[in-house]
Amino acid sequence: MASNRASVSIAFRSISKHYGTFKALDRIELEIEAGEFLTLLGPSGSGKTTLLMLLAGFARPSSGVIEVAGSDITRMPPHRRDFGVVFQNYALFPHMSVTENVGYPLRMRRCPREEIDRRVADALELVQLGHLAERRIDQLSGGQRQRIALARAVVFSPRVLLMDEPLSALDKKLREQMQIEIRHLHERLGITTIYVTHDQREALTMSDRVAVIDGGRLIQLEEPASLYAHPATRFVADFIGESTLLPVARQAGRFAYGEQPVSIANPVPPGAGEHWLVVRPERLVLLDGAAPDGINRFTGTVEDVVFQGETLLARVRLATGDMLSLRRDTRREVMAGLPRTGEPISLGLAAEETVIVPERAP
Amino acid sequence: MSATGIESLAARRAGRPDANAPELAADERRERLHLFGLSLPALLVIGIVAFLPTAWLFWLSFIDEGSFSLAHYERMVREASYLRIFWSTFEISAVVTVIAILLGYPLAYLLSQLSERAASLLLILVLVPFWTSLLVRTYAWLVLLQRRGVINDWLQGLGLVDAPLRLVHNYTGTLIGMTHIMLPFLILPTYAALRTIDRDYLKAAASLGASPLRAFWTVFFPLSLPGLMAGALLVFVLCLGFYVTPALLGGGRVLLVSMKIQQNAGMYFEWGAASAMGVILLVATLGIFWGLGRLVSLDRVMGER
Repeated sequence: MASNRASVSIAFRSISKHYGTFKALDRIELEIEAGEFLTLLGPSGSGKTTLLMLLAGFARPSSGVIEVAGSDITRMPPHRRDFGVVFQNYALFPHMSVTENVGYPLRMRRCPREEIDRRVADALELVQLGHLAERRIDQLSGGQRQRIALARAVVFSPRVLLMDEPLSALDKKLREQMQIEIRHLHERLGITTIYVTHDQREALTMSDRVAVIDGGRLIQLEEPASLYAHPATRFVADFIGESTLLPVARQAGRFAYGEQPVSIANPVPPGAGEHWLVVRPERLVLLDGAAPDGINRFTGTVEDVVFQGETLLARVRLATGDMLSLRRDTRREVMAGLPRTGEPISLGLAAEETVIVPERAP
Repeated sequence: MSATGIESLAARRAGRPDANAPELAADERRERLHLFGLSLPALLVIGIVAFLPTAWLFWLSFIDEGSFSLAHYERMVREASYLRIFWSTFEISAVVTVIAILLGYPLAYLLSQLSERAASLLLILVLVPFWTSLLVRTYAWLVLLQRRGVINDWLQGLGLVDAPLRLVHNYTGTLIGMTHIMLPFLILPTYAALRTIDRDYLKAAASLGASPLRAFWTVFFPLSLPGLMAGALLVFVLCLGFYVTPALLGGGRVLLVSMKIQQNAGMYFEWGAASAMGVILLVATLGIFWGLGRLVSLDRVMGER
């Protein structure tokens, strides 16, 4: 069932989509490498699904060029594009059995009967649901439908696989399991995959690269680890992972939080507007005594402590009135060392872990 | 929680395992009674206006000259004219249904693909005639279709025909009039059903390589069949008992069950004979429903393959 086609690259060149005066997409420039797993991440209404629909051919851009393997497909009708699409609601045909659903794209391509049977069986094996071949769609659970939709989208060895929030209807455990499975499937088939989600954790888990989209614009395109460590704007810092944002100001060439100068070992990305210190709760350390050099120190009192299983979250009110969050694991000795609610606490953030972002891109 | 706390909770539970059980059961009974009380008026109305007359009809059909008899049914089997009437009733109903499907389905499809706003505007065009008096519309057809009517005038004026066509007081006129009256009954339920078909199915079909035409025939049309079936059945059943329009436009050349019943009951006061025809029509209709039900479920069985 391995993809018998070389995977293809995709490029969006200055893609805009307007609905009246509303700009759903604003001059998107994005290149996706052959065989890459790229996630479009953004809040609802950011334009990420619109971008996917343009790529699938269900809508046309107002202007711009979409290239696949170097050729312009902007105006090509969807049924000629040869892309597999997994829909949010799966869109499995209710009047067909599992086998008929998965065989549908092959029937549309007028494959011979034996080939259809063989490839459908292979695709069902790939998603480990060979035993459900005769079922009707309404007899399947959510997770099974998800996998059948996936099998149907890859059975014809499409050039590109598109997924529109395919896991949003599943419960958390199943979702995490499917994330890994989809990732493995991608590794096996090597097919260029565009995945849309609003779940930043899902994006970080699955992707080779993540494209953060907000307000119809591409904000940042990065590998998961560097996206998390080096957000480009306040929006990205806030949207990806947990973070507290503290206002900082430039004073004599240095950034300062209130009166306190900030030690920073990372370059500050270019941008406009105010600047913010990004504090990730798990990057903070407890300090006792004086802070060593190169460590930013924050003092305050513990407001409350919430036990969440594998970790706990302590909220700290700083002397400036701002709140900081601290995440610790829940081993006995770690918990024993924590100050209790109402007690003073001193927190440190290493210069290497210190990130400052602008309000918005230049 | 302390050990004593757990113990006391366990003790409380063990002490009365059936706590509140009788009260909860009584509540449930009371709720059921309330529900029954609320539906009682509706049940009474249905019983009086629907069930009793039908039962009375059955009873009458077995009474001849004051005593129990199968004479009415015997006559219907014996006399070929009755058979012909039943046959032509079912035939014209089937033809009207087919024409209504051919005209109504494309319209319902068009409406279902438009925006809600545009669709509701166009639906007015379907609904206005629907709300106009049946008698007015039937007479309007008479005016349009008669020998020296609007349509014949045009056809002759344009030189398309030499002599006026016979468009009314015959089978053709009956067909035209009945189809016109019945169209909304097909369009409305079909449209409602087509609206509910998720457009993602068609997108999925396109992404899987189906051209718009193939996507329609392999996905949209099969999914629309239950709605179309509902509309078609409605039209067919309404046609079986249709009186006014075929009586006026048929000009006595088209004899349907409804007219024979009217003759029997209104002219000869043969209530028994009229009832028997009504019963046969009802039974035949139920038979068709049952047959179609089998056909549809058979379809689903085949879908499972």
